[in-house]
Amino acid sequence: MRNKKARKSTFFIVLALILLLTYTAFFGIENWHGDTRNVYIKGAEDIRWGIDIRGGVEAVFTPDIAKSEITDEDMDAAQAIIDTRMVSQNITDYEIYTDKENHQIVVRFPWEADDTDMDPAAAVAALGETAELTFCKGASYSEDAVIFKGDHVTKATPAYDEQNGYIVALELDSTAADLFSNATKELASSKGQIAISMDGNVITAPTVNEQITGGQAIITGMADADEAQELADKINAGSLPFALSVDNSKLSIVSPSLGENALKAMLIAGAIAFGIICILMIVRYRLNGVIASIALLGQLAGSIAAISGFFPGLNSFTLTIPGIAGIILSIGVGVDCNVIAAERIRQEFKNGKTIDGSIDAGFKNSLSAIIDGNVTILIVAFVLMGAFGTDGFIIYKLFSLIFGASIAGSIYSFGFTLLIGVIFNLIMGVVSSKLMLRSVSQFKCLRKPWLYGGSKDE
Amino acid sequence: MNKNFDFNKPLKWVLIVYAALALVGIIIGVIFGVKLDTNFKGGTVITYDYTYSDKVADINADDVKAVVTEVFGAESTVSKGSSIAGNTYTVTVTLAKNEAVTTENQEALSKKLQEKYPDNDISLYSSTSVNATLAGSFFLKALAAVLVVAALVVVYVGVRFRKIGGVTAALTALVALVLDVVISFIACVIFRLQIDMNYIAVVLTIFGYSLNDTIVIYDSVRENKKYNPDMKLYDVVNLSLNSVLARNIVTTTTTVVAVVTIIVVAEIFGLTSLRTFAIPMVFGLVSGCISSLFVSTPLWVIWKNKLSAKKK
Repeated sequence: MRNKKARKSTFFIVLALILLLTYTAFFGIENWHGDTRNVYIKGAEDIRWGIDIRGGVEAVFTPDIAKSEITDEDMDAAQAIIDTRMVSQNITDYEIYTDKENHQIVVRFPWEADDTDMDPAAAVAALGETAELTFCKGASYSEDAVIFKGDHVTKATPAYDEQNGYIVALELDSTAADLFSNATKELASSKGQIAISMDGNVITAPTVNEQITGGQAIITGMADADEAQELADKINAGSLPFALSVDNSKLSIVSPSLGENALKAMLIAGAIAFGIICILMIVRYRLNGVIASIALLGQLAGSIAAISGFFPGLNSFTLTIPGIAGIILSIGVGVDCNVIAAERIRQEFKNGKTIDGSIDAGFKNSLSAIIDGNVTILIVAFVLMGAFGTDGFIIYKLFSLIFGASIAGSIYSFGFTLLIGVIFNLIMGVVSSKLMLRSVSQFKCLRKPWLYGGSKDE
Repeated sequence: MNKNFDFNKPLKWVLIVYAALALVGIIIGVIFGVKLDTNFKGGTVITYDYTYSDKVADINADDVKAVVTEVFGAESTVSKGSSIAGNTYTVTVTLAKNEAVTTENQEALSKKLQEKYPDNDISLYSSTSVNATLAGSFFLKALAAVLVVAALVVVYVGVRFRKIGGVTAALTALVALVLDVVISFIACVIFRLQIDMNYIAVVLTIFGYSLNDTIVIYDSVRENKKYNPDMKLYDVVNLSLNSVLARNIVTTTTTVVAVVTIIVVAEIFGLTSLRTFAIPMVFGLVSGCISSLFVSTPLWVIWKNKLSAKKK
């Protein structure tokens, strides 16, 4: 059955990689220049904990227009946009209460991870911006010359091109595409300008040289990639029907809704639970249990790393109780993956196979159950992320077509931690467990039947 | 451990127990009501600000809660906070809507609190009524998401397990899932826990967990069927259930122990609000283990046998 012998060194390489991942995921890599902390790799302390665990900020928004003009639909629309802005910043844990009688929107959101002196006023002000994008004829903003507004933009993406540097590329819907095409045709003859403005402030006012058809437009003049990303996010999040103002004197700090010691308690509970899981695995599966514990540590570290923003391209993520539920489920599935394989190996061994034969047959025969189980969990994670996330996912579009946009960040965060957990489970539980066990079984001192589930006297 | 336990036999009794539990849950639910979080059914959020110093003690959230219960005759959640502007503090009371918050009893509450804490300068800061509009579309969407998951699972299991009749297998697996969710819901009703966002996460967790349990069993059935093509389905399933029993017990015990650890630590720290998360989770996980062993596969055997009887 065995093609070639496993190397003894494989175990140490995999173990070292897992320990390295674990160390950096929990502690990060940073150094201090005097009083400034430079973070190269974000550790667990950079996780943004949810409002339920660490507390946060509460702000009350009121519309900036006459009360008699506000309709219930306006309030709903405003809430939907705040929802989108929150989730698109990966703040999945926030509470929002809309009071239609008093025309108030109360928002509570968690503290940023490392920000002990975070400026809540600035964060809150950004949430209330109208973010209305306008295209108008001429060099400056004028309400009378508006060609179309941001709600006709179907998609905004940050990009880089050689000629213009950082830009935001816009895709227009058919109405805006026609309007844009007509306007550019008209302006091209006189070399006129089009002013692109955000909330009435001109971002850029390019000169029109030729008619632009096809519904594509770009915004130039971005200083860097971050600015382009931020503007694209704002456009994608949509614009508010009115500006929201926030009374800074009414900003308040919210204590953790779970209680004062929630964070400490969750960490202690997590550590104890993890310890118990390892002990149970080792007692029942002996050497195999030790390997499984190492693999589970790697899986947990991977999940933590994905949440803290360790990996490039993955922003940090607010960790809340539903997010922790996602981690628990994925660890449960990870335990299961190791249990299925370990049970198999034990059985094969008891049926009289050799140590090497049992290990190979055990992993091989347990694979289909593990894959099927994990794929079904992946289906759950994908649908939840699609249904309750921002419009990055195709499934989200499908759901919002049926029921309109309703974003529930905490469910999205459940889906996210579950997805990450299952991916790491496949890496750790399936691949690295096998590599490690095959490798340690080559050590003479570890070739005792007892270690693989046989009896002690053999 | 008896290696030849007949898992197919107790189906009727297991279903009776589930039905009895559901009945008890419904009765308790009807008598005492089901608690819904403000997010789901609307309600009132009342915030007071107050001060305290070295000389004047801080107020106690549990005591405030008791006063609220006295005035409104209803449960509430109470959280404390502090103002960014200065050294004033806030205490926020959240009440569900049907508790009929009127101007009169709000004033009564203010008065009572001021009497209880005469030196803390308690004053009403804001009173906000919350709409439940979120709830309707949220539940519809959650339901749609669950249906989409169910449909995709039926398709996946149908394809992957086509040799043993995957579509019927997937459908009986879903029956077991429904039972598990019902059990977790009953746990909430019996322990008087509020249905909130945490609970929704619990339902999803149980859903995934129980599904995984059942898939592992079908995988074993598929394998045993391959090696014993002439064996009756009833016996193949029994053989499989006996062979995955150890795995089911170990996995479930491990996870349940982990969640129970969370309950214990949370209780030591006095984090009672974690109960809405951990308690229904334990019940759902245990039910998930039992229902995949005793309900989904035995039900599937009966269905398959009926189908093949028809063919003949």
